[in-house]
Amino acid sequence: MNNKQERAGNILLVGVGGQGTILASKVLSEGLLRAGFDVKMSEIHGMSQRGGSVSTHVKFGRKVHSPVIHEGQADMLASFEKAEAMRWLSYLRPGGMLVVNDFEIRPLSVLTGAAEYPDGLIGRLKEAVPGLLAFDAGAAASELGNAKAQNIVLLGALVKCMGLGDIAWPEVIKDVVPPKTYELNVRAFEAGQRKF
Amino acid sequence: MKQIMTGNEAIARGAWEAGCHVAAAYPGTPSSEILENIAGYDEIDAEWSTNEKVALEVASGASIAGARALAAMKHVGLNVAADPFFTMSYIGASGGFVVVTADDPGLFSSQNEQDNRWYALHAKTPMLEPSDSQECLDFVKDAFALSERFDVPLLFRVTTRICHSKSVVELGERAETAVKPYGRDPAKRVMTPASAKVRRHIIEEREKKLREFSNSCPYNRIERGENRKAGIIASGISYQHAREALESAGFPFLKLGFTYPLPDELIRKFAEGVDKLYVIEENEPYIETFVKSLGIECEGRSILPAVDELNAGIIRSAILGEKTQPGPMVSVILPPRPPVLCPGCSHRGIFYVLSKQKNIVVSSDIGCYTLGVAPPLSVTDSVICMGASVSAGIGYGKAFIKAGGPGENMKKVFSVIGDSTFFHSGITGLIDAVVNKSDSALFILDNRTTAMTGHQDNPGTGVTIKGEKTVKIDLRALCAACGVRAENIRTVSPYDIKSVEEAVKDAIASREFFVIIAVEPCALIKDVARRRAVLYCHADKEKCVGCNVCLKAGCPALVPAGGKIEINRDMCNGCGICAQICPAGAISLAGESDER
Repeated sequence: MNNKQERAGNILLVGVGGQGTILASKVLSEGLLRAGFDVKMSEIHGMSQRGGSVSTHVKFGRKVHSPVIHEGQADMLASFEKAEAMRWLSYLRPGGMLVVNDFEIRPLSVLTGAAEYPDGLIGRLKEAVPGLLAFDAGAAASELGNAKAQNIVLLGALVKCMGLGDIAWPEVIKDVVPPKTYELNVRAFEAGQRKF
Repeated sequence: MKQIMTGNEAIARGAWEAGCHVAAAYPGTPSSEILENIAGYDEIDAEWSTNEKVALEVASGASIAGARALAAMKHVGLNVAADPFFTMSYIGASGGFVVVTADDPGLFSSQNEQDNRWYALHAKTPMLEPSDSQECLDFVKDAFALSERFDVPLLFRVTTRICHSKSVVELGERAETAVKPYGRDPAKRVMTPASAKVRRHIIEEREKKLREFSNSCPYNRIERGENRKAGIIASGISYQHAREALESAGFPFLKLGFTYPLPDELIRKFAEGVDKLYVIEENEPYIETFVKSLGIECEGRSILPAVDELNAGIIRSAILGEKTQPGPMVSVILPPRPPVLCPGCSHRGIFYVLSKQKNIVVSSDIGCYTLGVAPPLSVTDSVICMGASVSAGIGYGKAFIKAGGPGENMKKVFSVIGDSTFFHSGITGLIDAVVNKSDSALFILDNRTTAMTGHQDNPGTGVTIKGEKTVKIDLRALCAACGVRAENIRTVSPYDIKSVEEAVKDAIASREFFVIIAVEPCALIKDVARRRAVLYCHADKEKCVGCNVCLKAGCPALVPAGGKIEINRDMCNGCGICAQICPAGAISLAGESDER
């Protein structure tokens, strides 16, 4: 990729605590760094990781100042859960891209009957972002042998959507994920790329 | 070599490069990873201290004895450690002494949003505020030498977005520093009123020197801009947000990194060169108040919110009047998704049993178990700060007696505290309760770790931060030694509802202070999770009557489907609480492990 340094992007990864958003953004930031970009990544952990709504911000370009993506600023929203995609939708800039895992995690308030999980979310998201990419990353990962690799499937899809496919991702994955899971994760990444 | 690092990793690296010898901390988000990373450097003696006061005192002693020392804590931790911090400002530093405070604008993981920059002003200690990971490394590296040069502990102030953001860092090498030879100096270090009075004058002289330094140091600098219609003063993460927000405007910046004492002359000079002055800072108007005290007009709090963290969008809108168009808005009512107790959490059984009691109050504490306040368990009455559950519980009881003694007003008080928090500052409350004849009951939730901050060891685990075996403090023996009578101490498994119920019944009947120690390791501890991965509960569709009683335990693995209950086998770890409370006997334990 030429003129890499002239390119920039704001990628917001959201999901539910425990879904692996942090590992996916680790691979993403490391890849962007190796491609010669300035990179900042900001994550929130602590109490919210106990099944709560979580977000990781990844910003890259020639020079990045603030590590935080604000409303209306994300070029890419990658949501690991569909209600979370809706929750963070206002962070997308007009014309921004949405990759969403067609997967539902019902929060406790829904399980106990105190709140309802809305129907038809993917349809509603499509009305707002016509070009969105929605698929069941968990199913794709399960086909490869481990549903937990859904985070890397989604990463593969978002990287392709962002036109960042020419970075040496398998090498990056090798250096970031535990050795035992390397092959699974590379296959998951490739499966995700094919979704776009 | 370039690397991408969090602020916390960079602080650890900077301390190592600076030749730091001793580091101590109590875990607390967003500061915990500083010591976790420091522990990886063999050259530094690192410890998890019992609490922040102990950590700051350990580092104080090390500094007095000539070593370069660092203590790290979250913002509220400095409240706990404020006593030694203020007096160490009098005593000063022999070996470089750095105190890291990690503030939490936006309250991502804290009980308040206090701005600890005021501590530097109050204790008269110099303060550095880095704005990214590279500055975390560079500033902390310099901080030890500055502390030695001015003979004072240095406050190193970071925030969540500095601690937990990654940015690119150029690494250096460790400069080995010898521990200074120890020399006794009681006039400087024994703070009797007479010597403290002498030191008090020295502090005032030191302030002048520090102010001079602040005006000329490399951490405070004017960054030129061609558009002098406005000038921006900012420090820390606010500087980065402002830089992004105002990139196109071309305003000059006064970038502050050394923020106590603030540079009066530099601020005057900067203000003279611009038509209008803005101070951009999160939460408290710390810099703004100082600028105004110089008689310089500026805008800050008048246009920026006092509450929550800042971002570039807020700043752009406040200063340039350019609102960022938010993304697509869809009107859908989304269910809230707050953090919850995990499936298999060892706290769940305790709160389930407490939720069934009448006429009790629950004085709780800081940890995952704070979530006992959340529906459907909803049992917690108050949470104040680390350790307050026990002592506030004593006060509840006194108030109920004053309100009319036995009868309707006389509620039984249950205090609830985790193992690590109990060691931190629950023990003093327990002694108070025993000596002052409180009849409250105390649950010590011993999950064998410091769970919420990411599983750090504590005095009950028998392992140090370096992974070495050490003495394991016995909670039961400790309570007995503090005067709790043996017959008033119960040890239960929180997975065994019946034994918890019996202990609670005995506690309610007791007229003396009563302790229930609930022992079961956190379900997320790696070994525990691995061991229990094969265990799960199974709901028999034929037997399930759809009464939903099991849902009252608030477990995310229980899923209502078609009027019956299904159990998510991937999430379930077979704790068996739902099986014990199901009135239809429809839930059974399945799977095998060495444990069963």
